[in-house]
Amino acid sequence: MSVKTRTIRVDALARVEGEGALYVKVRGEKVEEVRLKIYEPPRFFEALLRGRAFTEAPDITARICGICPVAYQMSAVHAMEDAAGVTVGGELRALRRLLYCGEWIESHTLHVYLLHAPDFLGYEDAIRMAKDHPEVVKRGLELKKAGNEIVTLVGGREVHPVNVRVGGFYRAPARREMAELGERLKRTRDLALETVRFVARFDFPDFEPDYEFVALRHPSEYPFNEGRLVSNRGLDIDVREYDDHFVEEHVPHSNALHSVLKARGAYCVGPLARYSLNFDRLSPIAQEAARDAGLGPVCRNPFQSIVVRAVEILYACDEALRITGSYEPPERPFVPVAPRDTVGFGCTEAPRGILYHRYRIDAAGSIIYAKIVPPTSQNQKSIEDDLRHFVEARLDLPQDQLTWQCEQAVRNYDPCISCATHFLKLEIDRGET
Amino acid sequence: MNVLVLGAGNSFRGDDAAGILAARKLRALVPRGVAVIEREGELAGAVEAFLGQDAVFVIDAVQSGAQPGSIVRLEAHARPVPVCFSRSSTHAFGIAEAVELARALGTLPPQVVVYGIEGKSFAAGAGLSIEIAPAVDEVVERVLGEIAAHA
Repeated sequence: MSVKTRTIRVDALARVEGEGALYVKVRGEKVEEVRLKIYEPPRFFEALLRGRAFTEAPDITARICGICPVAYQMSAVHAMEDAAGVTVGGELRALRRLLYCGEWIESHTLHVYLLHAPDFLGYEDAIRMAKDHPEVVKRGLELKKAGNEIVTLVGGREVHPVNVRVGGFYRAPARREMAELGERLKRTRDLALETVRFVARFDFPDFEPDYEFVALRHPSEYPFNEGRLVSNRGLDIDVREYDDHFVEEHVPHSNALHSVLKARGAYCVGPLARYSLNFDRLSPIAQEAARDAGLGPVCRNPFQSIVVRAVEILYACDEALRITGSYEPPERPFVPVAPRDTVGFGCTEAPRGILYHRYRIDAAGSIIYAKIVPPTSQNQKSIEDDLRHFVEARLDLPQDQLTWQCEQAVRNYDPCISCATHFLKLEIDRGET
Repeated sequence: MNVLVLGAGNSFRGDDAAGILAARKLRALVPRGVAVIEREGELAGAVEAFLGQDAVFVIDAVQSGAQPGSIVRLEAHARPVPVCFSRSSTHAFGIAEAVELARALGTLPPQVVVYGIEGKSFAAGAGLSIEIAPAVDEVVERVLGEIAAHA
């Protein structure tokens, strides 16, 4: 889907709220201004949560995103359990990891095959790509379906899972169900390995910004739900210290808030950050596939995020197989969680990067205050910085090609637009009349 | 005869809920054996849901600039779904994309009818606009009529 057609669409629909737009102002050889208006922060949901029971947060926040509801549920349950001083372990913890594996597979596969691959194969969209490469698209749909199956079994429903609750789940899968899922996942892992090999062959522009990567890091696991917040510039904090180090700034050109590190400004979250800070935590099969695909232990090229996503899909399949293979149904599907008059913090790795939740609840369990910082608002400043440097080095390109490459540079981040603003318009202003 | 009803949209975004609400009403009214599903967010999974169906009825909110509450009926098996049915963004995959992808893969069911209900407000947290509710009821009736004609 190209921005050119989107522009036409937007012009005809001037009354739409929350229009997304990318504006690049070029004067001579210099990019003077980049303004990206893509993301509305979830202020409506934060307001909706006030006065609701702490147990409702997972289901309410899951509605923020149609692509990554599990991430919202996971950050919410961890924040509420943090407030209550409860730790969920054992098979329940493993089931949460499995559920997250399903969401990563679904979300990353959608982006890799249907949204990002057409850029590299020279197609305007996945539909045109499907006409020439039906087997590629079918592989993507089959892989994505495996992610759906995990979310359906553990989450209770394919879209907007309903089985998650504070303390665990309403129902834990039976041993037989998990064994059947595990059987099917063996084929899925092969598809994921083929996916890494498929995207490794693409050509990538030479572009390696010096990002500050921020991700969770766990003592032994590739991060989903737990860990310290670390960066490649020395950040190493507990999730509870998030607000001491990060701040959301109002941006004049949009309703959005840009999240920055108080000490250093822009930072980058998501697959590149996770991978570069946690390569040693990937399973052997994922590490080997990454090396064979030409990746080192750190990847700074945002265009190669498609390869990193493919490696993460492979890891998620491998991890899901491990969990289904050793599953013993828990005695109870949840642990009891009693509210306390306090503040709870949760931060988990959504497909697009860290998703931070903070709640103040009272002793009766009512939510007094909610704060949610999604990954896309954290990446917005890095996307603008990428565009500034990327465009400046390519000003000699014809307008349509430059526009297309700008779109690609935005797409590298798989930004969460559909959940918030609905229309993207791109404009490159060269000051010509 | 396999018949599927798919309501698409976002129940937290004003009139974008139209397709979802229509599906919920239809679930209680369709003959036994007709599958009714709701889909929020992206619709790539619809390509899979279409497999093996003889007839599919999709209901979604649309923004084409027409009068709010207007209803448009398209025979998607015969011609492409216009872009106003797509959730335009760099990672959205709407009903237009799902139908066209199924067509490109040669898996589009023989009959795919798309009903679009023109929305007015798509703001987060907004309820259904006053013009939209009767349109939802009318689409429900029309889809029921079409399903009955198949039986």
